Amino acid sequence: MRSILTALAATTMLTGTAFADAHALSGELRIVSDMSNPAPRAVMEGLVADFGEMHPDLDIELEVVDREAWKTQIRNALTANPPDVINWYAANRMGPYVQAGLFEDVSDIWADIEGLDAVKGALTLDGKQWGVPYTYYQWGIYYREDIFNELGLEEPETFEQEMANCQAIIDSGRKCYAIGSKNYWTTGGWFDYLNMRTNGFDFHMELARGEVPWTDDRVRETFANWQKLVDMGAYLDDHQNYSWQEALPPMVNGEATAYLIGNFAVAPMRDAGLTDEQIDFYQFPVIADVPKGEDAPTDTFHIPAGAENKEAAREFLKFVTQADVQTEINAGDALGQLPVNASSSVDADEFLEQGFDMLSNESTGGVAQFFDRDFPAEMASVAMEGFQEFMVFPENLEDILQRLEQARERIYAN
Amino acid sequence: MRVTPWLFLAPGILFFVFYVIFPIFQSFQISLYRWDGLGELSTNGTFVGLDNYRELSTDRAFNISLWNNLRWLVLYLLAIPMGLFIALFLNQTVTGIRLYKSLFFFPFVISQVVVGLVFSWFYLPNEGLLNAFLGLFGAGPVNILGDPSLATYGIIAAGLWPQTAYCMILYLTGLNAVDPEQVEAARLDGAKGWKMLWYVIVPQLKPATFIAFVVTIIGALRSFDLISIMTGGGPFGQTRVLSFYMFEKALAEFGFRMGYGAAIAVVLFLIMMVFIAYFLWSMWRDERGAR
Repeated sequence: MRSILTALAATTMLTGTAFADAHALSGELRIVSDMSNPAPRAVMEGLVADFGEMHPDLDIELEVVDREAWKTQIRNALTANPPDVINWYAANRMGPYVQAGLFEDVSDIWADIEGLDAVKGALTLDGKQWGVPYTYYQWGIYYREDIFNELGLEEPETFEQEMANCQAIIDSGRKCYAIGSKNYWTTGGWFDYLNMRTNGFDFHMELARGEVPWTDDRVRETFANWQKLVDMGAYLDDHQNYSWQEALPPMVNGEATAYLIGNFAVAPMRDAGLTDEQIDFYQFPVIADVPKGEDAPTDTFHIPAGAENKEAAREFLKFVTQADVQTEINAGDALGQLPVNASSSVDADEFLEQGFDMLSNESTGGVAQFFDRDFPAEMASVAMEGFQEFMVFPENLEDILQRLEQARERIYAN
Repeated sequence: MRVTPWLFLAPGILFFVFYVIFPIFQSFQISLYRWDGLGELSTNGTFVGLDNYRELSTDRAFNISLWNNLRWLVLYLLAIPMGLFIALFLNQTVTGIRLYKSLFFFPFVISQVVVGLVFSWFYLPNEGLLNAFLGLFGAGPVNILGDPSLATYGIIAAGLWPQTAYCMILYLTGLNAVDPEQVEAARLDGAKGWKMLWYVIVPQLKPATFIAFVVTIIGALRSFDLISIMTGGGPFGQTRVLSFYMFEKALAEFGFRMGYGAAIAVVLFLIMMVFIAYFLWSMWRDERGAR
């Protein structure tokens, strides 16, 4: 794959206008990346190798850190001896660092690059852009096609059909949905979808901005829909004990039929032995008559405010937003996700094609990042904990809502 | 004044002051601010006085953490009698006793993280050994770590495994120092069994008991790794203790409240201070008595 990238980079260099002054780059470029899983790591190393070949005088130092660990390390990295380029996430997740003045304003790069308008909002705060996207991926319901066929079920389009399907699945002795809620964030996906389908994308964002109380009747309606699923026993038992990976085996064994999750779950499903004939994907069904919103978390590159070689860093950010570079790094055998640049092409992969089509044509409401990126960090952590409690003890709902409302009043007041 | 002892003490004192004493006062200071941990406290922090502490008094999650800490404190002390009895049992001259001792000491040697993982698998609701075992007696499956009312006890039980081994080693060493002549004399006076243990052996084990008490109390108050590995504070935050809650609020993925975290740390420090003061006082008393 690296040779392809190299060839590609060479052509980009010959044709691209952005690299007209490429020879001028020198010095040291320090990159810290959280692309630590095997495939993303190879992509990152390929990117660095290609960028290095285009700029022979530039001394690039790449440090790959564990993805989970990076979430807490980033704070130290940004303040003490900051590198020149780092990985992070869009929307509210970058908020604290932008407000603390730790991220570089890169609005000037955005003036140069084209095709990224769809996610511009997620990288904009205070009217400026603070980073560039390199990949995103869709969320949706991944299900066992073979079990659906066996039970004579069709991909549902409405919530009634969804529940009717679910009842048939339960009657066949299975669970409808795999979920592992030990790490609370998986519950955020369910809330996102139920709320966006019940009340619409705009309402969801109002809630994220703290403009609506959690005790609002519309929020209660979302939970009422959720409770229908909980009450019928749709979810995997004891899900509070499992991580999202640990909840995959029941789906692979056929004990659970579907999984609301991001596209990153497809690779482990395939690795576990499921073929593309056995798994398929459908968009979360319609509940109320509102435009459909979708979750598509975007991963990004940023320049710390304290970076030393900002010129080289800017060139690197421009490089990763190129349409052909994004096509290449998001291919099925690389990241296996969706390129953000509208001029990129999507790899011929069942799920990537469906996801791309869904996000381009079927998300009329808007594209959300994800619960823990749209909501402020603290609100997200308190809320997702409440969601897990609700999924185990739905009778505690009133208490949970009061707690969330109390948290909202404090968090957004600051 | 002799200079030499102070020269030897100097590196220790220096590090203690810079890495222990100074941060303690810093925590006190930070706990009076609202600060997200980014940038400088003086420029990015807002002085809020005792607001963080006022919020703690109404924070349910803090309340849960406090109660869980208390559970840890009380139940963790079980390690001391359990360690004593295993030590008494192993303090025999039988073939292969060294092997048995090693087996009992083994849990203390392995990392807490491994202990946590082993117990998580042991407790698993479907595949776990515990439920397979309960099944033999027809008892229903229990989901210890998924049940908010049982999870903390499940983690404490896991923590007791290595802690008991630690106490056992302390007592085994202590039993070596028991005076055989006193035991002989007591035997001539007709003491045996419980009476021999309680009136003759245990008093001689006082130094070992003191150390066991110290390490167990400190161990209970700084419990963190097992909770992080086994439940991550869940289900829905019911297994948090103060140290874990502090980490969550100040340092974890969504933790941006340095001031609030520092306030929790200060409360934990004050609780520890009660015990530390007691330990120091009893050591001082013994030193004076020995003089």
